Amino acid sequence: MEAFGLLVHGFAVLLTWKTLVLMMVGLVLGIFVGVLPGLGGPNGVAILLPLTFTMDPTSAIVMLSCIYWGALFGGAITSILFNIPGEAWSVATTFDGYPMAQQGRAAEALTAAFTSSFIGSLVAVLLITFLAPMISSFALKFGPPEFFAVYLLTFCSFVGLGREAKHKTVISMSLGLLLAGVGMDTVSGQLRMTFGTAELLRGISFLVAVIGLFGISEILLTMEERLALRGHAASISLRVVLGVWKDLPKYWVTLLRSSFIGCWLGITPGGAIAASFMGYNLAKRFAKDPESFGKGRIEGVFAPETAAHASGTAALLPMLALGIPGSGTAAILLGGLMVWGLNPGPLLFVEHKDFVWGLIASMYLGNVVGLVLVLTTVPIFASILRVPFAAVAPMIVVSCAIGAYAIQNAMFDIWLMLGFGVVGYVFKKIGIPLAPLTLALVLGNRAEDAFRLSMIGAGGDLKVFWSNGLVGSITTLAIVLLFWPVLDRLLGHLTWARR
Amino acid sequence: MNLLRPSQLMSQTDLEIVVEDPTAPEHDSPSVVISGTVEIVVCLLLLALAATLGYDNWRTGISWDSTGPEPGYFPFYLSTILGGGSLYGLIVALLARRAASETFVTRAQARRVLAVFVPTLLFCLVTQFLGLYVASLLLIASFMRLVGKIALWKSLLTAFLFTAIMFVTFDIAFDVIMPKGPLEAAFGY
Repeated sequence: MEAFGLLVHGFAVLLTWKTLVLMMVGLVLGIFVGVLPGLGGPNGVAILLPLTFTMDPTSAIVMLSCIYWGALFGGAITSILFNIPGEAWSVATTFDGYPMAQQGRAAEALTAAFTSSFIGSLVAVLLITFLAPMISSFALKFGPPEFFAVYLLTFCSFVGLGREAKHKTVISMSLGLLLAGVGMDTVSGQLRMTFGTAELLRGISFLVAVIGLFGISEILLTMEERLALRGHAASISLRVVLGVWKDLPKYWVTLLRSSFIGCWLGITPGGAIAASFMGYNLAKRFAKDPESFGKGRIEGVFAPETAAHASGTAALLPMLALGIPGSGTAAILLGGLMVWGLNPGPLLFVEHKDFVWGLIASMYLGNVVGLVLVLTTVPIFASILRVPFAAVAPMIVVSCAIGAYAIQNAMFDIWLMLGFGVVGYVFKKIGIPLAPLTLALVLGNRAEDAFRLSMIGAGGDLKVFWSNGLVGSITTLAIVLLFWPVLDRLLGHLTWARR
Repeated sequence: MNLLRPSQLMSQTDLEIVVEDPTAPEHDSPSVVISGTVEIVVCLLLLALAATLGYDNWRTGISWDSTGPEPGYFPFYLSTILGGGSLYGLIVALLARRAASETFVTRAQARRVLAVFVPTLLFCLVTQFLGLYVASLLLIASFMRLVGKIALWKSLLTAFLFTAIMFVTFDIAFDVIMPKGPLEAAFGY
């Protein structure tokens, strides 16, 4: 068990006072971010990223990933107590969580949510611990064609499997890839798409785009709706916690099923949102009395929360092993990696053992500490919602501006952030998904480099993407996924005709 | 309003948290613009962007030289894809225009969105000339006072405390230097 030894080493890296304090700070900030309207996982991490610029990479990633776990935990608080999902992935938690709170079982629902979050992430972290090193050592054999094929697979699966209108996903993705190309060309050093402006020489920073697209646009969207809210305050007693935990074994099928769904959708770019709904729907379908769902059934909280957290955590697996993020937040963490001077990809496991295993160890510890923290501090965090939005909104705007400026010390980036805010607002309202844009922005240059390097190696022959079994099957799979909706319909027709 | 409270089961959930919204938008506010129109405009803009970027990349070079594809090669084809996508979106939106008339934003909503967008714009402008911390102070205090109708002293105190915490955290503790103006210069920063 090589992974086990390395994990122990990771814990040794982690167990210093400084890292532990950063972990707590990260968790608290994360829960804050998860609870506040107008802030969420991706933009919270993006805004707080500048805090880590001067840290060493291991402390930085520990703090950032703890912000992420905290945000995942925090989303459940508002869903259950206020019927307001703080995050899109906690929408399914409101279905049964809020009715439970109305029946006076808020503490029970919260305990269920936090516990299942913990279980979901734990399963995903176990998966990462044992699978990520294997995948990365396998990927060490990859050359540029293989990498391009994997990038292509990521992009195509977004288009083929996404729920949005296909042309909108294509628009979003090509726009992201184009914006990634602005500035100096990494291969030839020539300038592209700068139109003679000095400000665009640096290129468009992916983080600035994220802060605008998610942070500023979210403020505009939140403001547009009514801000009045009414909900329950709750505190959790030890008796309730133990009561819920005692019943846990009864729901092992639900928990296990949701964990698997979450892990699968986290690794493929399905994401936590899809996972939480799927977890909920499957729990309902397999239940003996499906009509009791939606009326305050504890399984209706277990199922979506486990899946959402498993997925949120599993999204870090492809990021660590291949340098391909499985979610928006993972994409930002990847952006952080580059800022700290690390080169994401399979070599990470070889060259930066401390970093990788410190991160994995912090996933274990962060989730345990996070669970205890949320169980004990729920009333404090719930009362944050008493703070009027008119005070929160300008503070978020200022934090966004600080985050955007700090990345390259450029005033231009603050204006760029504002521009992206407007784009994000309009795109969200007309249904153009933002996740493909983010992913394309962060992967754009690497995908292009991989493509050009393979083309140079093969003398411009596209057949290089089918030159061996591995790259050929990945490329073919990518194309199949791209046209999946069409193929699916075609297959449906065929089987129907045969009948 | 009295919510259902069978909360005798568990006494600690008795408390209710209620936040009122004095400036909530009315539900019957008239529509300013429908989504279809916005979609058409966005697609046209994206089409124009695709054409501009496509032209620029074509100028940079989209063919092959001795070292492989030229710098404009990859982005040129992406512009083509973006153009194609937006053209398709434009046609879909134009065809669907007659059938659907979903509201993009109502007048009351537009007013509220502008109530946060305009201050943000002003904040960026002030940051450019007076530095981020002065802009932050002005934004938070005036937004709380004018939009949130919160007492002046509370607004000023919150704005000052938040800005001070940000300054200490970023500029002093973490060495992340923000743009500054004449005021900070007067204090020697």
